[in-house]
Amino acid sequence: MRLWKSKTSRQNLITLAVLSIALAVFYGLDSGGVLKRSLSGQLVPICVYIVMALSLNLTVGIMGELSLGHAGFMSIGAFSGVVAVTMLGNSIDSPALLMTLGIIIGALLAGVAGFLIGIPVLRLRGDYLAIVTLAFGEIIKNILNCLYVTIDADGLHAAMFNGMELSGTFIINGPQGASITNRISTFGTGIVLVMVTLVIIMNFVHSKEGRAIKAIRDNRIAAESVGLNVTAYKMKAFVLSAALAGAAGVLFAMNYSAIEPKKFNFNTSISVLVMVVLGGMGNLRGSIIAAIVLTVLPELLRGFDDYRMLIYAVVLILFMVLGANTRFQQFKITMKEKLKKRFSRKEAAK
Amino acid sequence: MAFLSNLINGLSLGSVFAIIALGYTMVYGIAKMLNFAHGDVIMIGAYVSFVTITSMDVPPLLALLIAMCVCTILGVVIERLAYRPLRSSPSLAVLITAIGVSYLLQNAALLIWSSNTKVYPSIVTFEPLHLFGGALTIRGETIVSICTCIVVMIGLTLFTGKTKTGKAMRAVSENRQAAELMGISVNRTIAVTFAIGSALAAVAGVLYCSMYPVLIPTTGSIPGIKAFTAAVLGGIGSIPGTLVGGLLLGIIEIFGRAYISQDLSDAIVFAVLIIILLVKPNGLLGKKVTEKV
Amino acid sequence: MSQKQQTKMVPLPTDIIIPERDLGKQPVLDIRNLGIDFGGLTAVDEFTLAIGKTEIAGLIGPNGAGKTTIFNLLTNVYQPTRGSILLQGIDTKGMTTAQVNKMGIARTFQNIRLFGGMSVLDNVKVGLHNSIKCSMFTSMLHLPGYYKAEKAARARCMELLDFMGMADMAQYQAGSLPYGAQRRLEIVRALATNPAIILLDEPAAGMNPSETAELMEHILRIRDEFQIAVMLIEHDMNLVMGVCEGIAVVNYGKIIAKGTPEQICNDPVVIEAYLGKKGAGDHAAES
Repeated sequence: MRLWKSKTSRQNLITLAVLSIALAVFYGLDSGGVLKRSLSGQLVPICVYIVMALSLNLTVGIMGELSLGHAGFMSIGAFSGVVAVTMLGNSIDSPALLMTLGIIIGALLAGVAGFLIGIPVLRLRGDYLAIVTLAFGEIIKNILNCLYVTIDADGLHAAMFNGMELSGTFIINGPQGASITNRISTFGTGIVLVMVTLVIIMNFVHSKEGRAIKAIRDNRIAAESVGLNVTAYKMKAFVLSAALAGAAGVLFAMNYSAIEPKKFNFNTSISVLVMVVLGGMGNLRGSIIAAIVLTVLPELLRGFDDYRMLIYAVVLILFMVLGANTRFQQFKITMKEKLKKRFSRKEAAK
Repeated sequence: MAFLSNLINGLSLGSVFAIIALGYTMVYGIAKMLNFAHGDVIMIGAYVSFVTITSMDVPPLLALLIAMCVCTILGVVIERLAYRPLRSSPSLAVLITAIGVSYLLQNAALLIWSSNTKVYPSIVTFEPLHLFGGALTIRGETIVSICTCIVVMIGLTLFTGKTKTGKAMRAVSENRQAAELMGISVNRTIAVTFAIGSALAAVAGVLYCSMYPVLIPTTGSIPGIKAFTAAVLGGIGSIPGTLVGGLLLGIIEIFGRAYISQDLSDAIVFAVLIIILLVKPNGLLGKKVTEKV
Repeated sequence: MSQKQQTKMVPLPTDIIIPERDLGKQPVLDIRNLGIDFGGLTAVDEFTLAIGKTEIAGLIGPNGAGKTTIFNLLTNVYQPTRGSILLQGIDTKGMTTAQVNKMGIARTFQNIRLFGGMSVLDNVKVGLHNSIKCSMFTSMLHLPGYYKAEKAARARCMELLDFMGMADMAQYQAGSLPYGAQRRLEIVRALATNPAIILLDEPAAGMNPSETAELMEHILRIRDEFQIAVMLIEHDMNLVMGVCEGIAVVNYGKIIAKGTPEQICNDPVVIEAYLGKKGAGDHAAES
């Protein structure tokens, strides 16, 4: 009841309730065999992209900084998750426990990477963060392309460049990527991860940390003058964002039998950015809806794939340019008021 | 001798980086924005010259001129349609738009020219130089790119220092409002900056593809980011800084490839970026900017 | 804790403007030979001043005299080229702006800097940030401790807002407030950080006479009820002469006169700085 009293927690509960009902309906449809195969194959990716969009929204929408290396964090999560699950797979039978451990390890490592990347960059002004995270994504892809990890009775072996000397079976095999022996990602685990992510982010945004981050975004100098350690709070948000992207990466990888490093390229980062922009920066509900739509849409529209990235580009530009256009904003406000009037008139008529 | 050869190759690659980085530096200095699409203008320049050379049999120099014209127009149009409406918006919005433009160019190129690799015919026709009895070979492209870089640098320094438009550029970069009050058209000055930067991008595109003749729609993006790194290394906003940064980065890349690892050369260059930002965020020749409170 | 260990014992106050007030106690702020150069330009030089624990001090001077620069030095937005600042006996050298605030200096800004997109209440809550005791873990899971801390913070914020007569505006968006209210909100936000001294940079700028009169009362009440020192930059001489117990006049980055309002009013050097040399004699004769 205490939750219901405050407006923000009420809003949060509504978001959670609506999302869980929607996902439960999908779950029911899927297990009932009603869904088309192409759509049913998209269920786990939908969850993955919801988590990705939510976590990027924390950086872009709440913190007001642009991260273009989100796919990099995702790949760190994915590859470390695969290694962890394969290693632990012999001793742990329960797929749920295995998946949970995998996600935690993936998230931890991605978070550490976020921390390391944050040290040089978060002290600096905005544009640099974008370019450094982009560079970071490329570095990770580069490194994963020449990383080899094998497993045998003695445990893990790893090498850079020349994997041929390693004994045992490959988990990560350079450019060919990671091979997954047990695909334990299910829509169920996806739903759980989405819910956990949503709760963590909503609570974070409404905590004193979230308030501090919004204050820093609004006016950095004033925030410093009231005793906020700007870098520390940016770091908290950035690491959390990276860790959640890592968790999404584990969920993503465990859904396939093999996964290549080049899967996590700049395109992936941009797709997630489009979801955040389309859903509204700082708007968590919007990110969720945009993530679902943009994951399902390409499957439904054939031939869309050729034009997909072109349309994404246009969407990015249009949203920004129209967002800055005062006449368009005025038009939006008048339209909203007209709609409101119409609704209220109808209700009055009743 | 291998060392000397690497050094010269590094200088030549660095010259191209420096020419690209000029576009970043000028736009960053004057419009205070990171023009993410600059790398893709390079790619468009390369494609335009490729098409004119291969299918219209245009002589290379004319092709270069055509590419420069197309890129100039492209740069001005991009500025007018995408960036000018956002002049007073937060930098995050401008940055996202720039990424959108970059993606638009890449995907438009993909639709027009397909993803098939084009083999770029070098525009340099004269023979390589053989020194020390053949122990050291210097390609014609190498000489041309280094010379072009020197010419461009001198030309641009004179332009910003001596001409009226150049002075207007410096005024706008110092203080936009004050410049406007002095009767300088900020919009026109920024448009000119984009025009010059884009024309240089075309030159860089032709030179880069003459050295590495692989042309695909994403050809421009990695050199673009590397050139940005060069601009940051030298100190963004400073023309001599760009030259120093570009040359250094070119040498770092070639030496990284030769002595560390072929596969990790990109990673090495980007690691340099991160290290500079950590150690000397204003770059080697950049000046410290204090925020007004 | 490490900062506490750096504590140096300070000799008796050297430069209290009003010798009567806080005599024999350690001054809250002891500034010695402070100076900063920007490139070749010396913006502030040989700035020496001490402020007592509950003193209201004024900093006046012509435009461009370096007043705001002094505030920026005191809050470590700029690092001084020379000299030292002792805040309650502790040298603030090398600290960040945030650390200095935690040590007890809060400020407002000449060009208002609010968190424009957030509510008035949230602006004050941000000021209270460092005194909200609630771990990130607790708040991420919204454990009972979170609600307790938030409730306490809210109550304190409302008290502070009420103090400045802004309780009814708590839910408004800060950026949409009228000018005078924005200035007051900045003061509330600064007070929320529980400072030992508050620096007000032109608090009456853009206010009408009745708002200014109200502000003067507020300044006196802040000193009396919070028992803190106030240092203010202001061009409105009625306000300065009305509330300040001691005034320092700066010109070209240097202190040219110090004293009580009466002394400053009649100081020929001050009159010269404001009105120029020739008219100075006439003006002094008139007053």
